[in-house]
Amino acid sequence: MRVLVLVKYTPDLVSDRAFAADGTVDRAAVDGNLSELDEYAVEQALQIAEKGSDVEVTYLTMGPAEATGALRKALSMGGDKGIHVLDDSLHGSDYLSTSLVLAEAIKKAGFDLVITGMASTDGNGGVISAMLAERLGVSQVTLAGEILSVDDSSVTIRRDGDLASMTITGALPAVVSVTDQTGEARYPSFRGIMAAKNKPVETWSLADLGVDAELVGLAGAGTSVESADRRPPRTAGEIVTDDGDGGIKAADFLVSNKLV
Amino acid sequence: MAEVLVLVDHIDGSVRKPTFELLTLANRIGEPSAVFLGAGYSEDARKTLADHGAEKVYVVDSADVTDYLVAPSAEALAAVVAQSSPAAVLLVSSQDGKEIAARLAVKTNSGLITDATDVEASDKGPVATASAFAASWKVSSVATSGTPIITVKPNSADVTEVAGAGTEVRVDVSFSDLAKSAKVSDVRPRAASGRPDLGEASIVVSGGRGLGGAENFAVVEALADALGGAVGASRAAVDAGWYPHPFQVGQTGKTVSPQVYIAVGISGAIQHRAGMQTSKNIIAINKDNEAPIFELADLGIVGDLFKVVPQLTEEIIKRKS
Ligand SMILES: Cc1cc2nc3c(=O)[nH]c(=O)nc-3n(C[C@H](O)[C@H](O)[C@H](O)COP(=O)(O)OP(=O)(O)OC[C@H]3O[C@@H](n4cnc5c(N)ncnc54)[C@H](O)[C@@H]3O)c2cc1C
Repeated sequence: MRVLVLVKYTPDLVSDRAFAADGTVDRAAVDGNLSELDEYAVEQALQIAEKGSDVEVTYLTMGPAEATGALRKALSMGGDKGIHVLDDSLHGSDYLSTSLVLAEAIKKAGFDLVITGMASTDGNGGVISAMLAERLGVSQVTLAGEILSVDDSSVTIRRDGDLASMTITGALPAVVSVTDQTGEARYPSFRGIMAAKNKPVETWSLADLGVDAELVGLAGAGTSVESADRRPPRTAGEIVTDDGDGGIKAADFLVSNKLV
Repeated sequence: MAEVLVLVDHIDGSVRKPTFELLTLANRIGEPSAVFLGAGYSEDARKTLADHGAEKVYVVDSADVTDYLVAPSAEALAAVVAQSSPAAVLLVSSQDGKEIAARLAVKTNSGLITDATDVEASDKGPVATASAFAASWKVSSVATSGTPIITVKPNSADVTEVAGAGTEVRVDVSFSDLAKSAKVSDVRPRAASGRPDLGEASIVVSGGRGLGGAENFAVVEALADALGGAVGASRAAVDAGWYPHPFQVGQTGKTVSPQVYIAVGISGAIQHRAGMQTSKNIIAINKDNEAPIFELADLGIVGDLFKVVPQLTEEIIKRKS
């Protein structure tokens, strides 16, 4: 079985993340890493590989040169190889164009199962997996809180919806996304980190995928950022130490601000 | 004026409040029409949609929409879009809403904007405002291709009642085999808590690891009940099994923006802040005076939650009576 895990290189959460003048995420300003939410996807893929026989795990990323960092991190956790879609014209791609490029790369790589995180930690959209299922014309089996079973023909998950929890079963090939409820990801071992250095990573350009550059990047985006502004930071208000009347002070605050 | 489609969020035909918020927003940018998918449609549903401004109510009455995940809903909505050529499509930013929007965007090659907290008309079409980077930024965008498709967070608009004609339009959709490729089974609805919905409540009281155990969530629940609010939890509390996941507030849980957010025994990690930072008033109760949650609190009480919270609860009950 060919398992393809999508990984994204995203700015560090605790750094001072910002938008550049063109309305795109300013990647130069901050350090990045493999998106934490993709680590859960890597973990689930590796568990499938450990349980099954003849499972090949490939990581796919799209992003600037430093995005290989996400591939190397994933490869240090396990898996077989990486694919990096790298092309200057991709800068500024939105959901439509990102899903277009990823879908073409997935087709070129070949797959039985695509696994993604529930959302990226920077854009937080959570829409790419559904878009990929639509583009690829395969089953959408998304937002798994648990992967219940996978075999050569189907995948079954538990999806914890807003109003109900349910079981979803889809035929392979399928796109699966996993939430942070699926269980903590393993840490790379020293051996894993060393081994990752020798695992193959291919770089593909848009031309390799046969995608027209006009369909991607800022030029091809279906949305345009009109303005991006930093919110004034929340300023700390009054901090009091409880001297036996902390609860009464809180009640005073609520009443005097007409909040109750 | 061009139609603006609103996908109705409902439970077995009972329309949920975010739908009315979307109709209100749709009214700002065009003529609202509601799209009702799935079983449970009734005259009551039509009337309540009309009372909130829906000129037309498109109905695709089919069990396939609930028997299979997301894809049939996207096909049905696409059929209504093809028939009505709307100026925009608005959906609730729920798990399903976002994924339906995602597939619709691909089907119609349209610009997709997620998690908007406001939508306004402009000469470039609807402008959607959303938060980014744990709500530290505000971004406004427009769609430049196809039909603008916008998912909107609950609580983003005050509901207004305006009469619409509410003309019922039945739409027949025959679903593709592909739309029926992911089967839904064993659906277990969540037990109702009797409290307001977390995403919609004007007061939220959340508990964290500081509670020390599932049984101590009673302290948080008692305060929420005294205030008529909802209960939330940090991921640490959810991971420990003290409170169910649907109540998690934060990056991988719910985003809330209530009038009052009370954080009890929560340190204020960036992933938690992402879900509550835009609350109008924040009260934090924590025994560690260096807890980062105090950086955003309008009122911070440094103290033991087991003393402060019951006292606050008692005081609220006393003052309310
Ligand atoms: C990918 C990812 C996604 C995440 N998503 C989320 C998310 O959606 N939501 C979320 O909340 N977290 C999320 N987290 C986890 C987050 O990083 C923190 O670990 C979590 O928020 C901590 O929860 P806490 O504040 O309850 O616990 P802690 O950080 O342990 O804080 C407990 C606090 O309780 C205080 N305390 C203890 N006893 C008392 C007492 N008796 N009285 C008063 N105060 C007391 C302590 O001083 C401390 O500040 C995520 C993490 C990752 C990696």
